[in-house]
Amino acid sequence: MLQGHQSWIFTNRPTILSTGTVGGPFEAKGKIPEAFDILHEDMWLEQDSWEKAQQKMLEESLQTTLKKGRIEKEQVEFLIAGDLINQMTPTTFAASTSSIPFLGAFSACATSMESLALAASIINAKGANYILCAASSHNAATEKQFRYPTEYGGQKPPTSQWTVTGAGSALLGQNGDGPVITAATIGKVADMGMTDPFNMGGAMAIAAVDTIEAHFRDMQIEPSYYDLIITGDLGHIGREVSLDLLHERNIPIEAEKYVDCGIAIYREDQPVLAGGSGAACSAIVTYGHFVQELIKGNLNRILVVATGSLHSTLSVQQNDSIPCIAHAVSIEARGGNL
Amino acid sequence: MGDKKKQKLQPNQQQYQAFQQKREVKRPIFKNCIKAFLVGGLICLIGQLISTFYIYQFNFTEQTAGNPTIATLIFITMLLTGFGVYDRFAQFAGAGTAVPVTGFGNAVISSAIEYRSEGFILGVGSNMLKLAGPVIVYGVFSAFIVAIIKTILRQWGGF
Amino acid sequence: MIFFWAFIVGGLICVIGQIMFDVFKLSPAHTLTILVVSGAILDGIGWYEPLIDFAGAGATVPITSFGNSLVHGAVQEAEKHGLIGVVTGMFEVTSAGISAAIIFGVIGALFFKPKG
Repeated sequence: MLQGHQSWIFTNRPTILSTGTVGGPFEAKGKIPEAFDILHEDMWLEQDSWEKAQQKMLEESLQTTLKKGRIEKEQVEFLIAGDLINQMTPTTFAASTSSIPFLGAFSACATSMESLALAASIINAKGANYILCAASSHNAATEKQFRYPTEYGGQKPPTSQWTVTGAGSALLGQNGDGPVITAATIGKVADMGMTDPFNMGGAMAIAAVDTIEAHFRDMQIEPSYYDLIITGDLGHIGREVSLDLLHERNIPIEAEKYVDCGIAIYREDQPVLAGGSGAACSAIVTYGHFVQELIKGNLNRILVVATGSLHSTLSVQQNDSIPCIAHAVSIEARGGNL
Repeated sequence: MGDKKKQKLQPNQQQYQAFQQKREVKRPIFKNCIKAFLVGGLICLIGQLISTFYIYQFNFTEQTAGNPTIATLIFITMLLTGFGVYDRFAQFAGAGTAVPVTGFGNAVISSAIEYRSEGFILGVGSNMLKLAGPVIVYGVFSAFIVAIIKTILRQWGGF
Repeated sequence: MIFFWAFIVGGLICVIGQIMFDVFKLSPAHTLTILVVSGAILDGIGWYEPLIDFAGAGATVPITSFGNSLVHGAVQEAEKHGLIGVVTGMFEVTSAGISAAIIFGVIGALFFKPKG
């Protein structure tokens, strides 16, 4: 199963049986409203706090996934999920109400692909029949924790990004009709000494480049193998930096085949500055949009490289740099033959 | 500060930061300054109008009209913050809404509203001055130093 | 005429703040703290009062006036009671800004929910 230094090949074809995505009002006005199973008009979801609203979205996403996969939650062996809020309490509470044995995963905004890679490797090793993996974030809860109170008037620079409100989850099984997870590459923490928490795309670009480079080296394939290479939430700046860096390292990826979930989710006229971000960003766009394209047959092979910046408010205040990570998962339409 | 920080960086980190910086979208400094000037000036103009109103309607003097003016501005700020529009103005105006006393009010009031979900004592009470605290702390401390120096100079220096 | 100068001077103080945000990449908290301390120092050397006479609200509405009035209260009280007045008179003049912010903060928390 181990391939090269840091990649896994899944020969037993772990399959995405179903997906479930939930979004907020701002996402409903975005570029891909059809990617969501449930869209909410209210940021609060009738809850008392932003954190509970996030928990509710994650619960709804898990329920939708199970319903669409026609699997009872008692049949699911493990839930692998995470989010950005202190000690991941929204995920923990959602795991508690779902009462599925739970593994917490944290890679900030790369949690979606960390959980998917771990789930695929457990399924591949016959360690489970069904695994749910999920990631969620809430714009206001994240603003409150990492930046300022939501009603505070702080001007954001053009490098900053907009945290996605929503949750995305996928159900993995031993076999079925859905797209197959064929490989995954686990990234190293990359730290280029960047310190501006309002420019995370610029900081994370290097992590994406390192992981993409490692993936092609380990798998001994060319970028042209994939129809699309999809980054998590680099935004406009991070996308440009990473693409130029890839070309500098002689990894020939065509610009039109290199897309970013943070750019794909919102329209250009929405006030998101450099693009979307947040743990839910890559989860929603991958599961709600690109996986559906694989099912429809519009795409055959994609490589999803979710990126995360692993700083905390404490580390930023102590003048530490922003460590970043990226995990890549290769997903192929049924019939792929890696 | 920037140079000191850079010295600790590895060569490859410096290289990456330079590479990244070339592609970073620059802040539109000139445009931001114009917007800050117009909005900040406008808020002060409104302040002057309110203050003139207090002087002519309620017999305040130029000296005493300052306090009710500031209180009125902060009251208006509460409404704008509560209805969720102050932060939108601020994205446009930058320092134009942050530097006037309305920005101070917004910092206090937005924190108070935000931490309502943690209760009135530990949430609202503890976090209300989270953003505005440094302004009060260093305002008071620097005023203490300045006033001490001034008083000593006056009493012993005969100013 | 005071209206015109209130606009110009107030606007210019905001531009200084904007330059601190954008050119020196300071956070709002750092910027406002520096402005308040500058207000206190300017009053210490006796430049802030003439600015208020000249620009009215253009000088009293920006946060710099907070430092100015803290010093003012302290110095006034010190004239009456000696050095101890520096501590006791500090908030004499500025109470309005802080009390209004705290009072309306609590009222705001009672009546409003953040909109996100």
